[in-house]
Amino acid sequence: MNARAIVTTLVTALLVCTGVAPAQPKLIVGILHVGSITDAGYNQAHADGIQAMKRNLPEVEVIEVENVPEGADAERVMESMIKRGARLIIPASFGYLEPALRVAQRYPEVKFAHPGGYKRVPNLTTYWASTPEGFYLLGMAAGKVTRTNKIGYVVALPISFFLANINAFELGARSVNPKAETRLVFTGTFLDPAKEATAATALLDQGADVLGVIVDSPITVVQTAEKRGAYSVGYHYLGAQKFAPNGWISGIAFTWGNLYTRFARQVLDGSFKSENILGSLGDDLLAIAPFGPAVPADAASLVNAKRQEFIGGRAHPFQGPLKDNTGVERVKAGEVFPLTDLGKMNWLVEGVVGQPR
Amino acid sequence: MIAAFARSLVAGAVVSGTPLLYATLAEVIGERAGVVNLGLEGVMLMGAVVGFVTTVHTGSAAAGVLAAALAGAAFNALFAWLVVDRRANQLATGLALMFCGVGLSALIGAPYIGRPITGLAELRVPGLASIPVLGPALFVHDALVYAAVPVAVATWWALFWTRWGLAVRAVGENPVAAFAAGRSPRAVQYQALVLAGLLAGIAGAHLSIGVAKTWAEWMTAGRGFIAVALVVFARWQPLRAIAGAFLFGGAISLQLQLQARGVPISPFVLDMLPYVLSLAVLAAWGGMGRQAAPGSLGRVFQGQR
Repeated sequence: MNARAIVTTLVTALLVCTGVAPAQPKLIVGILHVGSITDAGYNQAHADGIQAMKRNLPEVEVIEVENVPEGADAERVMESMIKRGARLIIPASFGYLEPALRVAQRYPEVKFAHPGGYKRVPNLTTYWASTPEGFYLLGMAAGKVTRTNKIGYVVALPISFFLANINAFELGARSVNPKAETRLVFTGTFLDPAKEATAATALLDQGADVLGVIVDSPITVVQTAEKRGAYSVGYHYLGAQKFAPNGWISGIAFTWGNLYTRFARQVLDGSFKSENILGSLGDDLLAIAPFGPAVPADAASLVNAKRQEFIGGRAHPFQGPLKDNTGVERVKAGEVFPLTDLGKMNWLVEGVVGQPR
Repeated sequence: MIAAFARSLVAGAVVSGTPLLYATLAEVIGERAGVVNLGLEGVMLMGAVVGFVTTVHTGSAAAGVLAAALAGAAFNALFAWLVVDRRANQLATGLALMFCGVGLSALIGAPYIGRPITGLAELRVPGLASIPVLGPALFVHDALVYAAVPVAVATWWALFWTRWGLAVRAVGENPVAAFAAGRSPRAVQYQALVLAGLLAGIAGAHLSIGVAKTWAEWMTAGRGFIAVALVVFARWQPLRAIAGAFLFGGAISLQLQLQARGVPISPFVLDMLPYVLSLAVLAAWGGMGRQAAPGSLGRVFQGQR
């Protein structure tokens, strides 16, 4: 250590001791992203939420780290955030749950908020927004727009929550167009744009004229559809439509800004508590993107009417009777498939062409 | 319906196989000179990101391909310096280079995620594109697709029908003998690795500005390693690499096409298809002929240069 470093250290120590140090932020929030915050998808939705929180609460400081692998690395990143003063941590990926639970137990004074988690501890709250209603509405719009009655979906993996979204989408499409079918291609990975492009092309070649996508970033699939003159529906992030100015139908997106602002306020005033927050169309966690030019006015008003029914609790996306695509009855007439059980939805509804596992 | 399926299948196979072919040729050239490069994935990523960034700034996909080739060559020259001049272990250096390429390309590409580009244009070959089924499947592609097989043939010609190729193979088989015959193993290995870098860079560029027309971190998704395996599959022969790359690309395309058609097979089983097919072919070919690997593959030449 040279002389200058020693002097700097001493001066800093002195400033800290006498309280002349630069004004400390009232709260430091740490957020971890599993991918890039410019992916126009899942990660960007979280990053935009944290930016909205910063606009609402300028006194809050943010430590943001991208591309953190799910596992021991995530634990280390969270611990280093805590050492730098973070008192609220948002590990913004499903796979961060176990690392976050371990860190939360080591640092009970730090609060955590995890998206989609199914386990909680007193200082770790979980949040998510229920998406099937939104997918049902997208399906209605797509069912009105399609001319070939074939809609293609490029999906990462056959995970129950994704199957539920696809089922809701197909049910929405059928509600306005009984001939509409949804074809699935699973790519087996959340990020392989070249494979997504090939999958999208395969679906278009099979006659699909609307494409949807459930992978990390919708860019490749939406662009591929646009280039071939097909339509597209988005997911995760509102900004995806800039990649498809002509073929854009609509999309549903997470808008986490107000929720993150509430979390930060709760930590500041000490009212933070661990709960399982499940947002829906009726609140501010989920938005329907504006309809593109391809959607006729009557379809838009149909979708909006259904949206009000969902919000008012007068409709349910999984209203029986429902059969799966092998003909087995899954939901009896008069019953519904509860939205709290989506993790158990391991079948695809009649009209979906694809294999659930 | 069957015709549409066949057209889509073949078109998808060609698109999926092209970057694999460039990458496999790159590895064939390097290994023929006696150098295993497990860092191919990283070199491809450097090509993919530099090609994409250049295309964003210049608006020219051709400039992007050129820049990608140069970036690949420069990155592989670094590898050459480490394993040829510094005599570092090839396997360890290659893996280190791979991770270095993953990180560096992510750093360079971060501001460019989500930037729209037009990318490589599809060129219809006049006349041939009108042939039923095969025309649209084979003759409506970008320029890098058309160039892939001629490049493979040129690689075969250069390796087996030129004095330079003889020197490359001699160095790969026995650098001491090559040295005694008046060849410089150092110069030959540098030349081979720079040429390999050019091709690996082009392979990456085809992914980012040809197929996906977007940049995403680690978008090669393991294709660099598949290419290393395809070299063994091709028995270090550039012409066999054509078959290997397009067979593998065909298997990728087939599994996606079967799903799009709604064939009732589990997506997990279909996802294994390319690998199962590779194993089957390797098993079938396994006993044929003598071992084809270059004699001094992976060994560091300790003599004078």
